[in-house]
Amino acid sequence: MPTPNRWRRFAEWDERPLRLDRFAVEDAANGFAAVAGLRDPEPGLTLEGGAVAVMDGVSAAEFDMIDTFIATHHLDPEVAPEAMALPSQTVARMLVDVNVPRAELVRLARGMTPAKLADVVARLNAAEITFAYAKMRARATPGNQAHVTNAKDDPLQLAADAATAVAFGFDEIETTMRVSRNAWSNALACCVGAAVGRSGTLFQCSSEEAEELRIAMAGFTSYAETVSVYGTERTFVDGDDTPWSKAFLAAAYASRGIKMRCTSGAGSELLMGYHESKSLLYLEARCLCLQRAMGVQGTQNGGIDGAPLASTIPGGVRELMAENLLAVWLDLECASGNDARTSESEIRIGAKILPYLIAGSDLICSGFGSILKYDNSFNPSLFNGEEMEDYLVLQRDFEADGGLTPRDEPAVLAVRRRAVEVLAGVLEALGLGSADPARLDSVVFASGSDETDSYRPGEVAVLSDAIQRRSITVIDVLNAMTARGFREEADNLLSLLKLRVSGDYLQTAAVVRGGRVVSAVNDPNDYRGPGTGYRLSAQRRAEIHAIRDVLDRDAVLRAAARQSRREAGRIAYRTMGPAARGTDPREVVIGISPAFGTRLYETLAGHVLSDVLRNLIDGIAARGLAARVVRLRHTADTSFLGLAAARLSGSGIGIGIQAKGTAVIHGHDRLPHNNLELFSNAPITTLAHYRRLGENAAALALGEWPEPVVVPQRGEAMGARYHAQVALIYAIETGLVEDGASPEQVAVTFLEGATVP
Amino acid sequence: MTDPVPPQALGTGDYPLSEKRPDLVRTATGKPLDSLTLDAIAAGAVGLADLAITPQALTMQAAIARAAGRETLARNFERAAELVGVPQDVILETYELLRPGRAKDKQTLLDAATRLRRDYGADRIAAFVEEAAAVYERRKLFTYRF
Repeated sequence: MPTPNRWRRFAEWDERPLRLDRFAVEDAANGFAAVAGLRDPEPGLTLEGGAVAVMDGVSAAEFDMIDTFIATHHLDPEVAPEAMALPSQTVARMLVDVNVPRAELVRLARGMTPAKLADVVARLNAAEITFAYAKMRARATPGNQAHVTNAKDDPLQLAADAATAVAFGFDEIETTMRVSRNAWSNALACCVGAAVGRSGTLFQCSSEEAEELRIAMAGFTSYAETVSVYGTERTFVDGDDTPWSKAFLAAAYASRGIKMRCTSGAGSELLMGYHESKSLLYLEARCLCLQRAMGVQGTQNGGIDGAPLASTIPGGVRELMAENLLAVWLDLECASGNDARTSESEIRIGAKILPYLIAGSDLICSGFGSILKYDNSFNPSLFNGEEMEDYLVLQRDFEADGGLTPRDEPAVLAVRRRAVEVLAGVLEALGLGSADPARLDSVVFASGSDETDSYRPGEVAVLSDAIQRRSITVIDVLNAMTARGFREEADNLLSLLKLRVSGDYLQTAAVVRGGRVVSAVNDPNDYRGPGTGYRLSAQRRAEIHAIRDVLDRDAVLRAAARQSRREAGRIAYRTMGPAARGTDPREVVIGISPAFGTRLYETLAGHVLSDVLRNLIDGIAARGLAARVVRLRHTADTSFLGLAAARLSGSGIGIGIQAKGTAVIHGHDRLPHNNLELFSNAPITTLAHYRRLGENAAALALGEWPEPVVVPQRGEAMGARYHAQVALIYAIETGLVEDGASPEQVAVTFLEGATVP
Repeated sequence: MTDPVPPQALGTGDYPLSEKRPDLVRTATGKPLDSLTLDAIAAGAVGLADLAITPQALTMQAAIARAAGRETLARNFERAAELVGVPQDVILETYELLRPGRAKDKQTLLDAATRLRRDYGADRIAAFVEEAAAVYERRKLFTYRF
């Protein structure tokens, strides 16, 4: 019951997933400001004797740790006077100017303070940020990162899901645990799974810092990204670190040959209670200058855990884009967020990803949930296993490289099977137990851990402890693979390990493709306008197009051939020569299209044409009138089929019908497109509707004005569901059309019933 | 080892080293990259130590980063080169000391810096820790946290 005094639409809106999202009012004093904070400083820089004396309104004596680190290690005094003197509006225009090279802007950023950088990007609208991002990102070829976790920390499923993620093309995979002591088991399982089917995919196991380093040194992992930095000093300290401790950690990771990026994102200071009434963007500009200053190659940035909070604030999503732009402008690899799910609304989710998909990004998602939402131990991602095909189709729609490649069912099943077999073989060879084949089966076919009958949590803990206690390393894993005959996987894993020796994947935005390192050094983004920068190759374009289950003309013809044999047993159409104009006022002519029953046999709703015709005829007969069937060969258009039938009809009323089921009632004295009743929604037109159509045509012939037949529709996207099929089918109709061909009288015999002359 | 090439002579054209200049890459035990085979691993001739990065590789990557215009990244690689030979427990102890409130006073950090310089020749890292000590003192970070 509608509530009085309330437009019912609001009640309906209340029920949409969107209304589960809560939105916050802009409140700069309390930190709820995307780009205009109450206490954001004016950009400014004073150098004295080559050292920073005042930065963004704060004198050196008053610098907090972050200011000090940025002033010491980020700002280049050679560039700063020139860069700071440029009006922000001018720099903003340079960011979107194809004639200003990326390298020039990167050079200027070295001389800009956080407030200056923030002031520049805040001037760009969302389209300009997207464009500038495409121009400024570091590596030319886009990539993507997957989360691979499950709710049970089941190693067999981790191996299968890692192999699956690798098969779909993810350049990095990241795992974490439900139970921290399972880190070693997770690391070994994903390391093995990621070696299936492809040479060397970067892998990380997100855990406590010291343990993460130990796991990396055992050779299981190759990158890390959990080194968080913050934009206010109090938040940094509460995060239990300082810029120096994090920078030390950055050097420590590099000293172990581990690729590393920092993590920062809007909203962390707000969530942790020390925002200093500064905007999301300004605080993030501080974080990013800090990261460049530390000498990390890249950042995981764009809200990250704070993205859902940023998305509650007006302009928050634009701010996330702006901070990602700052990251790439500062020449950092950007794993551009699109990680934590920012909304319950699928429309907001799809809109969130689009700018990144069309602009490209070093890693579009810094954690695309390749597994189901409930299996994601980080929390659900913006995109998850459930929605992966939506993403693949978005790539195809926009011909944009989102880093993924569609895979067919046999291919995915094969890598999953292989992954569990390799892992089971490795565990057995290492004396870590043998897995029941039933467990392997349950994992191979399972979409998520709810469906598996595999390792129990207690067993995983024992396994993980054993790997750690026995100091098992990747050397042991390689030997186990070799011993069990998994030579291909051992080669894949070794090829990645060898790259650690040369340190090639430590450079900015490095990923491993086909066993080779591709980074901003040997694949730099050289975008300078249309025709430059990253473009889909013919091969890559074909890969992105190849989603599953697409229609083609052959498929339509094959289906028609099958239906032809079935219809042959139900109906016979006999051509009786040219159709004459009728004189009997008690007849209704049914004008069938060229392919009706000759090439095509079924409507879009799936009704065979013999049933459709029988219902039309029965409907006419129910009012005591006779049907006469003629085949029209000069047109396949519904209106003209109907009008031509009406002109041949003794009553002046005719029905036109196409093979796909679209039908019309027409009068002989009407204009072509001014029909009496149109049945345009063939996919939802039932046999009962066709019978009533016949009845109404007869009623009109009798001079009545019957109630029009309503085919109720519930807002289905008919075009999306049927138009590809419609176009293919209709082309078969039009292919049979002959200009000037005269109508033919058709005798229809229902093989279990009566003949209609 | 073949004739040493001064790392500053390397440029972006030498990258990736594993493809363009494998002649310059040696493992920590002096083996060339192509000696890292599954058979050698199975025979025990190649171990985990051979899969570690070396100070030389980091210095060469620093030169490449610098040639690509990434001065701060280059400096990080140079700090990292100094840490290659620093044992894991010393690395973790130093990291722990650099966290807020872990060192009780400035001198504790300065002592750690001295050790890194003296025992491992880690000059850049030592200077970095000393820089932190000065800032921590000014920002009163030597306070009790737990």
